[in-house]
Amino acid sequence: MDTRVTPHATIAARLDHLDWLEAEAIHILREVAGQCGNPVLLFSGGKDSVCLLRLAEKAFRPGRFPFPLLHVDTGHNYPEVTAFRDKRAAELGERLIVRAVADSIARGTVVLKTSNESRNKHQSVTLLEAIAEFAFDACIGGARRDEEKARAKERVFSFRDDFGQWDPKNQRPELWDLYNARIHPGENIRAFPISNWTELDVWQYIAREGLELPSIYFAHSRPVVRRNGALVPVTALTPPRDGEPVEQLSVRFRTVGDITCTAPVESAADKVEKIIAETAVTTLTERGATRLDDQTSEASMEQRKKEGYF
Amino acid sequence: MSAREPLPEAQAEDRGLLRFLTCGSVDDGKSTLIGRLLYDNKSILADTLHAIERTSRKRGLDVVDLSLLTDGLQAEREQGITIDVAYRYFSTGTRKYIIADAPGHEQYTRNMVTAASTADLAVILVDARKGVLTQTRRHSYIAHLVGIPHLVVAVNKMDLVDYSREIFDRIRQDYLRFAASLGIHDVRFIPLSALNGDMVVVRGGRLDWYDGPTLMEVLESAAAAHSESPEPFRFPVQFICRPRTAEHHDFRGYMGRIESGEIAIGDEVQVLPSGRRTRVRNICLLERSLPLAASERSVTLLLEDEVDISRGDMIVKAGEPPRMAKQIEAMVCWLAAVPLEPGRKYVVRHTTRETKALVAAIEYRQDINGMQRVAGGRLEMNEIGSVTFKLAQPLFVDPYRENRATGAFILIDEATNNTVGAGMIV
Repeated sequence: MDTRVTPHATIAARLDHLDWLEAEAIHILREVAGQCGNPVLLFSGGKDSVCLLRLAEKAFRPGRFPFPLLHVDTGHNYPEVTAFRDKRAAELGERLIVRAVADSIARGTVVLKTSNESRNKHQSVTLLEAIAEFAFDACIGGARRDEEKARAKERVFSFRDDFGQWDPKNQRPELWDLYNARIHPGENIRAFPISNWTELDVWQYIAREGLELPSIYFAHSRPVVRRNGALVPVTALTPPRDGEPVEQLSVRFRTVGDITCTAPVESAADKVEKIIAETAVTTLTERGATRLDDQTSEASMEQRKKEGYF
Repeated sequence: MSAREPLPEAQAEDRGLLRFLTCGSVDDGKSTLIGRLLYDNKSILADTLHAIERTSRKRGLDVVDLSLLTDGLQAEREQGITIDVAYRYFSTGTRKYIIADAPGHEQYTRNMVTAASTADLAVILVDARKGVLTQTRRHSYIAHLVGIPHLVVAVNKMDLVDYSREIFDRIRQDYLRFAASLGIHDVRFIPLSALNGDMVVVRGGRLDWYDGPTLMEVLESAAAAHSESPEPFRFPVQFICRPRTAEHHDFRGYMGRIESGEIAIGDEVQVLPSGRRTRVRNICLLERSLPLAASERSVTLLLEDEVDISRGDMIVKAGEPPRMAKQIEAMVCWLAAVPLEPGRKYVVRHTTRETKALVAAIEYRQDINGMQRVAGGRLEMNEIGSVTFKLAQPLFVDPYRENRATGAFILIDEATNNTVGAGMIV
C-alpha cells in the first residue's frame, strides 16, 4: 500500500492539528446550539473554559452566544480567578450566571462534615439545582478525555438521567460526527467540545490565539507546605499542620479549582511559551500532580461522575 | 523515564492529526501494543507509570505490564469485561494521534463500528501463533465496510514463534487470500512484538529479515482521509447567524463544517433543497477571511444573494449535486436490544438533517463469520444487513463508498431517544 502523502491540490488549506481540533470543537458547539433548546456553557475562569469561550466566539460571532455562561462557585476559589471570570464575561458582553455552593449549604441540600472540607464534590448538587432552576437541557463543559481514566470512554454528547447521573453502561453509541441530543424533559446532555484535546493542545491553543488567563497560571511566589508529595498552598482555608515548615516557592497552577484540593507545581514559567516547554517534558499527569482529591481512590472520578459531577 | 522532546508551538511541519483504530481479541496483545506505542512515544507520565508498576508487582509480575495502561472503568473491572470504546492520545511532535480502542469480545460489532466510523486507519492484530482467525475476518470485514482507507495487519507475538519469517509469510498469504474476496486491496503487514517493542516504534534487533517500515513509520506517513482524491463540496448548514445589530444589520451567515471538498470565494453554489444558485461572497472564521477553505474546516459562508436557508439544508457546488433521495438502501449495523423489523419507524439523522424513516424491507443479513448473505427477517443487536428505507422528507446523499459524511446516518428510536442503528448508504 502506498502510505506516502499525496500532495493535496491546496497545501495552504491543509489543517494542522490545532486547526483540526478547533474545527471539531466549533462543529460540536454548533450542534449543541442547533439541537438543544436551552443550553448553557460552564465557565469557571480556568484554562479549559477560556478555550471554550474562544471557540464559542469562532462558532457564533458576529452573533451573540446562543447560551448564557454559568459558574458554580464553591466559595473556595482564588480571588484572581473569580475576578478574571467576571472581567472576561463582561468583555464578551455575554450573560454570566453564578450559583453558589454556599446557597445550597444554606438551603440544607449540601451538608458539610467539616467547615473547611473540599467543596469540589458538592458542586454537583448546586449544578443540578441550577439546571432545574433554569430548565437547561444541555451543559457545555471543558472536560477532556486525557484527564482521567473514567473520562477516556466519555461521549462527546453524554447523556444524564433525571437525577443527573452518568451511567457508563447506558450511553448512546456515538458514530461519525452525528450527535444525538434528543432527551425527555428533566434529562440532560453534557457536551464536551474539547474531548479530544490534551493539556499540551490546550496550552498550544492558548499561545496561538493569544488568550488571557488568570495570573495564578503563571509562576509567582507563594507560601506552601509539602504534603504527601504535593505542594499545598498556605491559605486561610488550608493552614499548615503542626510541624510542617512553610516555604516560599516560585509556583504555578496547572488547574485552578477549589482552593482546598488544587495544588500548584514548582515552576519558573512566567510565559505561555515556557509553560508549553514544561508541559511537553512534564513527568506527571495534570491531575496526578495537582488534584489532592483524586488520589483518594483509583475510581474516585468515576464515582463522582455517576453522582452528577461534571 | 526519559523526557519527551520539547514541542515548540510553531512546528516546522505539523502533519495534522491521524485517527486510528486498534482491534483484536483479548489475547492478541492489543492492550500491550497500545501501552507500547504510548510508552515508546514517551506519552506515559511518571505517576501513571508508578501506578501500573505497583499493580504489576501486586500481581507478582517481574516486568511492567503495559496492558494495565488501558485498564478500564471500575464497573468493567468488577465484571471483567470491557464495555466501551476508549480514546487515547499521543503525539510525536509532527503528528497528533487519537487511538480508538475497540474491545474485542463483548458487543464487538457495535463497538467496532463505532470506533471505525471516525478512523483513517485500522491496526488489526493477529497472534502469530494462531494466524488468521474468524475474528480477524470479522474485524477486516467491518473495517472495510465502514470505509477505513488503510488496513495494517500487525502480526504480534513474533517473540513466541522465534521471530520466524516463514510463519509471518504464511499468515500474510492466508490473509491476502480472503482479503481479496472481500475487495480489500490496501493492506500492509508488519511482524512485531508489542511485549519487547520490536517493530512498534523502534526496529529492535530480532527481525532483521523484515525490511519494511515499523508500525510507527506507517502511522507517521499514512495519508489522512480527505487528502487522497478530489471530492465534491458538501456543506450541511448547522446554524444561521443573523445578529440584527446596528453594526451587523444585514449580516446573514451560514455556519457549518465543510464535510468534503473545498470552496473558494466567488465559487458558484447551489442550495438544497430549494435548488437556488448564487455565489460565495466570503468565507469567515471569526475576523479572518479565507480565500479558500477545505474539508473538515468549520467556517461561516456569506452568499451574494439573499437566499432562504435553514439548518438541515445543504450548500454544494453548482453542477455537482448529491442525490436527492426519498428512498435509500443501506448497510445497517444494529446497536439496540430491540431488533430492527420491517414496518417500524425511526428518526433518521443524516448530516444536520433529520427526518422519519420507515423500514420497507430487509434484503439480507450479512453473516460476518462465514461471510454469507442470509435472507431477510430482522436485525438483532450486533448484526449487519442490507435495509431499504422510505423517507418522510428527502435527504441529500452520496454513496458511503464515495463520501463518508454524506453517506452515513444514524437511526434514533423516538420512544427512548436512543441511537439504535448506524447506516451506510449503498
